[in-house]
Amino acid sequence: MEPPQVAVVAYARSAPEEDTAGLSEAELLLPVLGEVLQQAGLRPGEPEFTCSGSSDYLAGRPFSFTLALDAVGAWPPIAESHVETDGAWALYEAWVKLLTGEARTALVYAHGKASAGEPERVLSRQLDPYCLAPLWPGPEALAGLQERALIDAGELAEPAPGKGPPAGDGAAAVVLAAGETARRICGRPAWIHGIDHRVEPQALGVRDLTDSPSTRLAAERAGAYRASVDVAELHTPHPAQEVVLRKALALGADAEVHASGADPLMVAGLIRLGEAAARIHRGEAGRVLAHATSGPCLQQNLVAVLEGERG
Amino acid sequence: MPEILSAPLVVEFPFTRSLGPVRSAFLTGLRERVVLGVRTRDGRVLVPPAEYDPYTAEELGELVPVAATGCVTTWTWNPRPLPGQPLGTPFAWVLVRLDGADTALLHALDVPGPQAVRTGMRVHIRWARRRTGAITDLACFEPYDGPPGQPGRYDGEFTDLVTLLNAPARLDYTYSPGRAQTRYLRALAEHRITGERCPRCRKVSVPPRGACPTCGVASEEEVTVGPRGTVTTFCVVNIKGRDQRIEVPYVYAHIVLDGADLALHGRIAGLPCDQVRMGLRVEPVWSGDGRHPDHYRPTGEPDAGYQTFQGRW
Repeated sequence: MEPPQVAVVAYARSAPEEDTAGLSEAELLLPVLGEVLQQAGLRPGEPEFTCSGSSDYLAGRPFSFTLALDAVGAWPPIAESHVETDGAWALYEAWVKLLTGEARTALVYAHGKASAGEPERVLSRQLDPYCLAPLWPGPEALAGLQERALIDAGELAEPAPGKGPPAGDGAAAVVLAAGETARRICGRPAWIHGIDHRVEPQALGVRDLTDSPSTRLAAERAGAYRASVDVAELHTPHPAQEVVLRKALALGADAEVHASGADPLMVAGLIRLGEAAARIHRGEAGRVLAHATSGPCLQQNLVAVLEGERG
Repeated sequence: MPEILSAPLVVEFPFTRSLGPVRSAFLTGLRERVVLGVRTRDGRVLVPPAEYDPYTAEELGELVPVAATGCVTTWTWNPRPLPGQPLGTPFAWVLVRLDGADTALLHALDVPGPQAVRTGMRVHIRWARRRTGAITDLACFEPYDGPPGQPGRYDGEFTDLVTLLNAPARLDYTYSPGRAQTRYLRALAEHRITGERCPRCRKVSVPPRGACPTCGVASEEEVTVGPRGTVTTFCVVNIKGRDQRIEVPYVYAHIVLDGADLALHGRIAGLPCDQVRMGLRVEPVWSGDGRHPDHYRPTGEPDAGYQTFQGRW
């Protein structure tokens, strides 16, 4: 049996300027989930699969994602899963679930509460525990090594003028639907033409930091090079990384590129996928590339190609 | 909206990690002031050594010493060192390819300012005075203008091999319970127990968390419940928890307060353990300046009938 086509049919995110200080995970998510389900015409608990992305390390509490389920309507029991990374990877899992035919709709959400801790210290805990973590290098420091490598290679003129504003707290959500269900929910579904994710070798000193072979491979397998894209939505935790991604994705100087800026940790990648889909929903674009990353110096990369209905 | 409560939260986790043969030799080497790499089948030397070739996944094990001198392959300035980082004064993070190695190692370079760093500059290792078999035995790098160093001395084994790594970590957070639980905790301080009613199913959740966990909608209608309630189920605790001040045996129960649809947890005291029963009517007892009830005690009312609390466990 042919696997069904799967589309992003709804997308919502918390407003970047919203005052989210002190909100619990469930309180952060409630308005976003309410909005995305309303767009899709689904009641809480009605999506046939639910998958979320977040990190306990940001909140400093084990199993913090289970408390977020209060906002979902998880009783009677729902089919639910969680990934301990950016919500873009939760979208990937939900896409696979829909391909199996076991579910026709899926709710995917992500939340990040980095304000509870110090991300420069917290994120150093994801590194190699033998040779890197004991030195406590943060993501900004490691991105600085990548930036310098780009400058030395002549690919970047000068260092970015200081780091941007720190990522705030926030949440985002999308609804996926398969085949006819997607057409019923959304006037212009953003079909997932292809999606793949790949990883670089773990040791930073083994990699060529000016390149991203994993992005290139993921893009190839997602079908990104088969035709040009109207817009590319890139997840760049550090501004210099846009140079690396443009090269790997063969995006010329004239390509329309939107980079992520200071979107919330664990949410920023899902936001890029959601924004890419929203461009298709609004009829602004026909073929959009979305990228998400995780780990130091673009360690893991996910590439998706979304398309509007043809013909 | 009154200010949301917050409190410091410290998370500490002392992992002990086993090292395996390759990392064990590498870290023991640092203790002995010898840097070891591992040779891949195509002849490259990886430092720090990996157990598997990152490109072919082949198992690796041929350890070779490299020099304590090398060159900076990339760097970035760190103006504000954080706790736990190699140096307490501003330093450069550097990737250094040691002489004899084909890959680079991350560490700190001790220089007075960013103008004293450049890619390609020569550096050498400053060893820590006290070494235990950890990456921090390498205190940092420092500028070096001598000839390339010789590989360290390594005859294939060490005595007293380091096989475990103690990796303590401490992270500091500011915990906030959110708007709903802030309201709940503020009411508790006045010895008042509150819940929130779901606008859809009308059930009252205690403690409130801002959402109805069944319906997935916001619940903002505050309801004062109790103070009296009914024991719905219980157990007798006979094993004393670590650092617990309560003497065993004691009874731990689910109590559904009058007006609530969800039971909360509490300790029952004021009667022998073997007399606690489902349906027992209880009330909270606050003691000292504690925000939460210390325990619940019998009210003396007749027991509640099973059908009055059925389904409200």
